[in-house]
Amino acid sequence: MKKHWWKILSVCLLAYTFIAGMLGPVPRLPLLQETIRNLYFHVCMWFAMMILFTISVVHAVRYLRTLQPKFDRSSRLYAGTGILFGLLGYGTGAIWASFTWADPNIPLIDSFSTIARDPKLIGAAVALLVYAAYMVLRDSINDIDKRARISAVYNIFAFVLLFPAIWILPRILPSLHPGNEGNPALDVKNDISSSMRIVFYPAVLGWTLLGVWITQLKIRLQKLEDKKFES
Amino acid sequence: MKKLVLLTIAIFFFFSQPLLSQTPKTEMAELMRSDGRIYVVIAVILAILTGLILYLVRLDRKIAKMEKEN
Repeated sequence: MKKHWWKILSVCLLAYTFIAGMLGPVPRLPLLQETIRNLYFHVCMWFAMMILFTISVVHAVRYLRTLQPKFDRSSRLYAGTGILFGLLGYGTGAIWASFTWADPNIPLIDSFSTIARDPKLIGAAVALLVYAAYMVLRDSINDIDKRARISAVYNIFAFVLLFPAIWILPRILPSLHPGNEGNPALDVKNDISSSMRIVFYPAVLGWTLLGVWITQLKIRLQKLEDKKFES
Repeated sequence: MKKLVLLTIAIFFFFSQPLLSQTPKTEMAELMRSDGRIYVVIAVILAILTGLILYLVRLDRKIAKMEKEN
């Protein structure tokens, strides 16, 4: 039980997110209305993705320093879960946007060109494609050591590319996303209201821990498979 | 009789107050919440969460068992 405390914490935080996220007080804003509660789900997906990609790059660097295959394995699987969370972020964002940003007077498909122009969407798409390329690159190299080394180096480049793609460029260009002037969701003074913050931060932690849990399971399974392959 | 008329007028004013002081308000799910139906949504999403977590726990146990066998 000692080793599992963070899994229990994750479940508790997620349950709290779901209950407090639906019932807690939120600011009354036109257009957003109750959809503002999506902050606890949609935005958390991106936060979790960012944290998982960070864990992945840390493992890539550790691999390059030690050349131990276990770090390569972790790096690969954390990146995979990161992509999953990114895709979920995209999907939830698409639903949210079609009921808030989309012009209700014209068919939904006609709003697509205005929404898809949002720099944050393009940046996130670039970031996800770069990580998809990481997977393709890995699987195209047969030699195990070469694969591990090249993909670890590429992982670092991919991580560096995240910064202009999802943090810098969307800040410079006009965006439909709120919070371009500062640190969206992290600015304590004049961003999201404090009643939402007490749900949002635990939610980020809960979702991230869930991602880590899933990845841990994948790592353990992969370890067993590798062992079987060796013997 | 007079009292009753006064009371009726008072009640009328009391209930008409919100009608008179109507300002454009952002519509929220108050009705749904007063009906208690938001709890249905919470029950549903909690059920999904529970299902997913149970699935993960089972997977975790299974892998732990495999690890022990190896």
